[in-house]
Formats: sequence, C-alpha cells, structure tokens
Amino acid sequence: MAEAHPVGFQWVMEAKLRGAKIIHVDPRFTRTSALAHTFVPLRAGTDIAFLGGIINYVLQNELDFREYVVAYTNAASIVSDEYTDPDELDGLFSGFDPETRTYSPESWQYAQQEHEGDTRQDMHEQRETSSAQQFGSHGASVSSALRDDTLQDPNCVYQILKRHFSRYTPEMVEQVCGVSPEAFREVCEAWTQNSGRERTTALCYSVGWTQHSVGAQYIRTAAILQLLLGNIGRTGGGIMALRGHASIQGSTDIPTLFDLLPGYLPMPSASKHPDFQTYVDSIRKPGAKGFWDNSKAYTVNLLKAYWGEKATAENDFCFDYMPKLTGDHGTYRTVLDMIDGKVKGYFLFGQNPAVGSAHGRAQRLGMANLDWLVVRDLVEIESASFWRNSPEIATGEIVPEECRTEVFLFPAASHVEKEGTFTQTQRMLQWREKALDPKGDCRSELWFLYHLGRLLRERLAGSARERDRPLLDLVWDYVPPEHQHEPWGEPSAEKVLMEINGYEIATGRPLSSFTEMKEDGSTLGGCWIYTGVFKDGVNQAARRKPASEQSWVAPEWGWAWPANRRTLYNRASADPDGKPWSERKAYVWWDEAAGEWTGHDVPDFEKTKPPSYRAPDGARGVAALAGDDAFIMNGDGKGALYVPQGLIDGPLPTHYEPVESPFRNALYAQQGNPTRKDYPRPDNPINPSFPDEAEQVAVFPYVFTTSRLTEHHTSGAMSRYLEYLSELQPEMFVEVSPALAQERGLEHMGWCHVITSRSAVEGRVLVTERLIPLRVEGRVVHQVWLPYHWGAGGMVTGDSANDLFGITLDPNVLIQESKVGTCDVRPGRRPTGPALREYIAGYLQRAGLDTGRRTPILTTGTAGSHTDGREADEGAQP
Amino acid sequence: MDLSKTFLSWPVLRQFSGNDPLGRGTAARSGQTERITARTETADRVARSVCPYCAVGCGQRVYVKDEKVVQIEGDPDSPISRGRLCPKGAASKNLVTGPMRESKVRYRRPFGTEWEDLDLETAMNMVADRVLKVRDETWQDEDESGNKVRRTMGIAGLGGATLDNEENYLIKKLWTAMGAVQIENQARI
Ligand code: SF4
Repeated sequence: MAEAHPVGFQWVMEAKLRGAKIIHVDPRFTRTSALAHTFVPLRAGTDIAFLGGIINYVLQNELDFREYVVAYTNAASIVSDEYTDPDELDGLFSGFDPETRTYSPESWQYAQQEHEGDTRQDMHEQRETSSAQQFGSHGASVSSALRDDTLQDPNCVYQILKRHFSRYTPEMVEQVCGVSPEAFREVCEAWTQNSGRERTTALCYSVGWTQHSVGAQYIRTAAILQLLLGNIGRTGGGIMALRGHASIQGSTDIPTLFDLLPGYLPMPSASKHPDFQTYVDSIRKPGAKGFWDNSKAYTVNLLKAYWGEKATAENDFCFDYMPKLTGDHGTYRTVLDMIDGKVKGYFLFGQNPAVGSAHGRAQRLGMANLDWLVVRDLVEIESASFWRNSPEIATGEIVPEECRTEVFLFPAASHVEKEGTFTQTQRMLQWREKALDPKGDCRSELWFLYHLGRLLRERLAGSARERDRPLLDLVWDYVPPEHQHEPWGEPSAEKVLMEINGYEIATGRPLSSFTEMKEDGSTLGGCWIYTGVFKDGVNQAARRKPASEQSWVAPEWGWAWPANRRTLYNRASADPDGKPWSERKAYVWWDEAAGEWTGHDVPDFEKTKPPSYRAPDGARGVAALAGDDAFIMNGDGKGALYVPQGLIDGPLPTHYEPVESPFRNALYAQQGNPTRKDYPRPDNPINPSFPDEAEQVAVFPYVFTTSRLTEHHTSGAMSRYLEYLSELQPEMFVEVSPALAQERGLEHMGWCHVITSRSAVEGRVLVTERLIPLRVEGRVVHQVWLPYHWGAGGMVTGDSANDLFGITLDPNVLIQESKVGTCDVRPGRRPTGPALREYIAGYLQRAGLDTGRRTPILTTGTAGSHTDGREADEGAQP
Repeated sequence: MDLSKTFLSWPVLRQFSGNDPLGRGTAARSGQTERITARTETADRVARSVCPYCAVGCGQRVYVKDEKVVQIEGDPDSPISRGRLCPKGAASKNLVTGPMRESKVRYRRPFGTEWEDLDLETAMNMVADRVLKVRDETWQDEDESGNKVRRTMGIAGLGGATLDNEENYLIKKLWTAMGAVQIENQARI
C-alpha cells in the first residue's frame, strides 16, 4: 500500500500513531513492510490457505462475534443435506461434471428452498460470460431458508464452515504458505483480539488479489473472516480494495465490459433472455428480498436513456435493440480471435495492452493481424508502435512491410483539459474542472465518441435496415447550445452526467434517488446506482467543502454511490436493536424518538424502517427486508459466509495451487481450480505442474510475481514518457534473494533474464534480502520479483514482465492469473532476434510442451476416469 | 553597517529568538525567498482537479497562466489527501506538459514503415467509414441456434481506467447501439 497507494497509506500511519497494530503479508518486503509492526512473507498464490487458517483459528476457538454473526450473516441458515464438501471429495464440491468442468449447484442450496433454476448448463454459460460479476453485487437470491440460531445443526452454514476449514491448521499453513506457526499465531491473535464490540480490524488488499485463477475466492475468504469477526459495515473495519486506476471503480459501475450494462445490470444473453420479461426476472428473482427487486425500473430507465421516446412499454422499451451475448467475449478471447483473423477493427482508449495485458506477445501478434487499429492516448504507446518496435520485429514474427494493420493514433486530452468525474476506490465520484483547452488535435474521449457516433448516424440516415434502427433511434444530443453552431463542438460532460443521474421526462426534474425511478417510462436514468449525483439539480460530485469545515466522514466532499453512503451496509454498525455496538464504534443508529436511522453517515437502510420491523407473509423485495436485515442487496438480507448460488467454483473458498506451481496441493488431490477458464492452444503454453513429470516441472523451478513501483504506473504510458518519473526509476530490474543469486550465479547490478514457456525478459539483477526463501512442503522455494512497467517506447525502455505470463482466467470474472507463475532465471542477457524464439523452443522441449501436450486440469480419482479436461474444453472452442 | 544584514539574520538565531522554534516557517526564509513569487500566486486561474493515476483520488489544484499549466499541487482541502501527492501525482504537470505528448494525428498505412500526418477531420471520417464497413461485413442477425443476436463480432474495444464516467457511458451506449459487444476495460485486467 505504501508503494502503490502512498497517499492512502497516510491513514494507516495515522492509525499506527493512535496505537493500531499494522501487519503486512506479502511475498516481498516492501516500503509497507518497513512501516508495519509485523511483516509476514508468504508464498505467492497461497492466500486462501493463509486466511483459511485464520478462519479455522476463529471457528475452533469460537472467537467469532456471535451476536453479529447470528443476526447479520447466514451462519444459521441450513444447507441441503446433499451438499458434500471438498474435504470428502478430494478437493471438489458436490455436483461436479468432469466433462464440462463445471458444477451443478443444486446440492449447494439452502434446505427446502425452492430451487430457482441454476443448472450445469447455466454454470457453463456463467463462466463464459463472467456473470458471477453480476451475482457478486446481487448476492444470492434466497427467500426463506430454514435456520438454527444456536448454530448447532450439523447442516447449518456455521458448522459446514467449521468442518470445511478444519484442515487449515497452523501446520498446514506452514507447509503450504511457508509461514512459521509463531508468525501465523501472532496474526491470528492480533486480528481476533482487535475485533468485536469495541474494536474493529480493516483488511486492505491491492487488486493483484484479483489476478489469480481463484481471485474471486480470495476476496470471498476475506469476506468470511471479516463477517465472522463483525468487521463489515462498521467504522474501522471493512475490506478495502485498493484499486489501481483513477476511475477503475467507475469503469465497472458504468462499465465498458462486455457482460455488463451500467449499474451492474447484465448484458442480455441470446439463449437466456429471449425477451424483456425473462431478462428482468432473471435479475430480480421473483420472491427474493432486497433492492434488486426493482430491476425492472432500473432497466426501463436505462433503455429510456438510450432510446428516448422510441422506447415504449408497447415495444418493451426497445429491449430487442440490444446485441446479445453467446459466450465468452472477454478481452483475452478477443485477442486470440484477432490472431485467428476474426476481429477486424480494434479501438484502444487510453489502454496499452502490448505492455499491460498478460501474454504480451499474443497481444501484439493479434494487433498485427487486424484491418485497422485506432489508438487514443497522450503519447505514442507501444500498442500504437507495435509495427515498428515490438519485440516481434526483432524475432522476425512481425515484418513492417508485410503487416497490413492500418493504425490511427489520435492524441488525447489530458485530465486537466476536459471536465468529468472519476470514481475513486471508495466509490466516491469527484468532478474535475477543466483548466484549459487541449492543444492541436488533442481531444477528449467524449468528443471522439460523440463525433464518431454522429458520423455513423449521418452516414446511415434514411436507412431502412432493421440493424440500423438502434443507431438511428439513439438519443445522441450532448453538444450544448453554445457550441451547436460548430460542426465539431465539444459535448458537455455535465449533460451526460445528468442523463446518467436521470430525470423526470415531462419536467426535466433531476431524480434525487433511484427509488424515484419509474417502471412506466416516465423517468429515465442511465445508471441507477449513480442517481442522486445530480440531486436537487446540483452537481454533487463537484462539492469541495474543505475537510476542516465538516465532520470526519466528510459527506460534503464529492459524492459516493449509492445515495452518498460512505460505508456500505452500515446498518451493521448498530446491534439488531439499532443501538451502537459500543460508544467507541458508534456510526449509524436508530433514533427511537425521531423514528429514523441517523448517525455520522447516510444510513444504508430505509430511513424510517425500525429495527423491530418484520415482513408480513408473502412480502417481497424491499418490503421483505426485516429491520435487522443489514445486507440489503442480498436476497436473504444476510452477509454471505456461504454462497449457495452465483459462484462458478464453489460455495466456499478452497485452496488450490496456482495453475503453474512447483508444488503438489497439500490439502486435496485436486491440484488447481478445476473450473478455471483456459485456452488450450499452441500459442498459449502453460508451464508444467503436478501431475506432470517432476523433471518437466523442474524446468521452471522458481515462483515469480510482479507488482508496481511507486514511481511508475501500470504499462508506463503515464510514467515512462515523463522526465522525472523516468529518472527516479530508469531501468527494468529483477529482485532475487542472495541465496538464489548464489544458486544461479547472478551478480548484483549485472544482467539476468527470466524465462517461461511464453518468453524471456531481461533486467538488472537486484540481490536483496527483501526476498526471503521460504520452506514449503519440506523444501526451499525461491521467489523472484519483477516490476511490470517497461516496454519499447518512452524515455526509459526495457522488457515487459507481462510477456512472461500465459492466459488462464478466474472462472467467475474472467480475469487472468498474472500475479504468480513459475520460471527459470539465468545470468546474462537474453538471446535477441530469432534466437530468442529458438531459446524458448528449447525450454518447451525440455518441459515436454513442444508436442502440444498440456497439463491435465483434473487430478482427482473421485472425479472419475476422465482426468483431463482438455478435450471437453477444446470441444467448446469454435 | 547594517546589523540586521549580518549575524543577527542567521536563520539559527532567528529560529531561537523568534516564534518559529522548529525552523520550518519564517526562520528559514532568506532574502532570496522573499524576492521570489510562487507560480501559484501569479497564475491567471486555478482549477480543482483530481490526480489521474491511482484510485486514492487525491485532490489537485491546477494553476494556469497564459493558457499554460504552470503548476499542479495537492489540494489541502481534500479529506482524502490533505494536500499531499505522491511522486506520480506530483509529476502530473510533467504528464500534461511533457515533451513526448502527441498533438497531431498520426497515421500508419497498411504495410507502411513510417508514420504519416493526417488531418483530424479526415481521420475521423476514415474511422467512421471503416466501422460501418466492418460492421456490415461481419453482421450477425442470429446465432447458430436461431436466437436473435443482432451484432457484429468484427469490432472490439479496450478502454483504460483513467477515462471519465461520462466517457465510459458514451462508449457503452455507442457500442451497444452499433451492435458491438466486445468492449472491455482495464477493470477486466
Ligand atoms: S497522488 Fe499518488 S496516491 Fe494520490 S491519487 Fe495520485 S497516484 Fe494515487
């Protein structure tokens, strides 16, 4: 955190000054470790085992915050007795089908709950379309499950959890993670002693956590632990995702993601959503509790924002205008389709996949096989110049005279040359004022998109083709009157923000809350969770009341979704009766006299619903939420310790080894995530792991991971092209421990190169004790660390660490495993020119990968005779 | 002899005799300090902005003089950052005014070995033509099972996460209306 979010880290230092204990868990000692009380090094890719160990400590010693757990989590819910734990099935949950490598989740459901229709076919499609992302925010939709508030029923979630995590002993943690029992115990004690009524513990993670084949389950493990200890929805608690980009939160809220529409509404699927009603029902799950019940209003308002008066109740608000999904259309699938010649045109808006995405070579070869590429950026990034300076020019794989891709590089306006909002990591929107006009041809994306849309519509004007209706009927009028006389005028970001917020169509009155959205088409709003950002016609995101002039929660600086709530689920900061758990931790509470919720923050609860409220029989949606159902977006109103539906790879997190690992999974026969998304193609080799031959695995004996430097920013497009930052960190380097340096003959400040089955990258050697060899499963493992900021362009150039990774994705969200892999390290510089590919071919041959053979994904006997998911998956390839 | 210009003006003396015992304020000021003016004082205007790098969202003040950015500083009013910026945020002026920024459209024709110049309007029109061409060539009304899909799989996009919400909103809206489903973001990566 001190490295990648330095100014955010000042608050950790504030807490330290006030007596908080700071623990840093990381494969490598960093500036954060230097300022922490305790540093715990662990093997990359073993976080579920580590956190699972703490959960086991909590459960075995019954150190959970019991009142909180019973009232606010699903600990008491009874699960179907058909559920079988990986404990008994060698690492698989019940319902696994080895052919498709997916689960049929029927046995994961709550007991006697009517089954709502998720089947294996659904799971396959959910993996393809990463739809767990939507469930991630929708939660499980379950109405009235059986409960045992004493938590003794063997089938209640609490007991299932207790059995599931009982394998995660301190000895197991030591064996898997390489963490000593003493260090582990210190973390367990600190965490549990600092949680409860009077105290809370915060967990901060950086989003490298998401870059694993079990990434979603990493975060689930954190959620379980923090719920058990009563650290969610309370001040000083929480799970803080330290996101890495100015508006990456905004990029999922108002997504440019293939599977989502604004506000986490799903993109419609061709097979599952034949019509509007089916679509809406699939989101709101009739009968479930909570605010997703109003999904129809959210969808109608979006469609009205898109197609205006053309969208009517009679035509299902133009639902048919939307293109439909038929599977995985994620960025990695798309890049492979470029290599295969299926994608013709590609736009990059301020993104540099040639350096920033996993498997850089595949990215660049894909771009070299397009008809045209449009790059919009501040500088000539590597993704714009791949045709003249990519590593593949040197190897002869891209020859400029033979590369047909037409490239347009449009200079972009910078953050000070346009106005608009960023949403930072705590869901807060901050409006930026425009300081000055951009120079020359530099333009905002708003300008580019608006005018591109205008040109398309002008060219199609008068078309009678059905396919052109969605473009021609689109509401596309963002240039304010004062610029309308200019043919290329700048559109107004405030006008767009007003459409996002939504308004009453007849009067133009801005909506102040998504609860004002109507299902009948009389209001419109482009992103329901952002409704309120223009409350009272005021741009709330532009508020800049100084911190010194308002409360410590600072509600009048910017605006946080939803409804300016700064801490989500803050109803849980009070006890079931609505009283603060303790005076120290008072945050939001029920004011009996006034008959409403009040406190330091905007209550994340219906303002006047008393704690004693119980829903009448047959109630649904928001009315079905009881006065102590703090988790108002979940179908049962409870925080999910156990997830009966929505996750592809199981209702509970389970330790699987990274896809590339020198070790055998010590917990289960199943080695890696059995449901992971892989792309078995010759251009995407994966280094050998169990059950491959030991000699093959040993070709890549070390574990490597990557992260950021304070002085650089992701692919370097905003840092390597700047004098100061380039001077501060001028060169690519590789950190190794003194022991590894000795083992491989690496010289401090000399050159070395790191090799995987995809490529080799070189850098200066930094021999440092920041990397500590760990003892795992009885032998020493060396970890290698690299920053990933370099490429061929900019003021300081170097090899790109992301070239080392292959493409394997988390099945829930289709994010790549790019924070852990296996590698070899050798002294000296890597071969150049065509010799580089020959060098890699030698490794492929020694690793037994030259024949196209792939490591089997399924490694348990229980799964039946079919132990290789390859054929099934290849069948799924078009 | 002007005593005030000799040893009595030594910072260390002023530090202990004056009201600045920590030596961080007036005691540390020199004659040279007195003669210079901060760029922030002579700026024509200041815009309230936000750091474009990581997601902490530190407040920035952007100072403009003669239609040039002359300084970018941390915003002391921000409850998030209290005026601080890290090395990246502090280098924002360099990001905005740096010598490597492009200000002209660049064009590389198929099989070309050099960048060429292209007029912005021409480039926009060329892109619009190409979008419509690919869209028509790759249009799908139905999938193999006869379900309506109404889309093109020939056009894709990938956005960074330094785009504004308003910009992302227009990207998704336009893509959806064009029938292009392959739009992705750093948030997937
Ligand atoms: S100044 Fe540094 S910590 Fe603050 S938002 Fe910018 S990059 Fe992040």
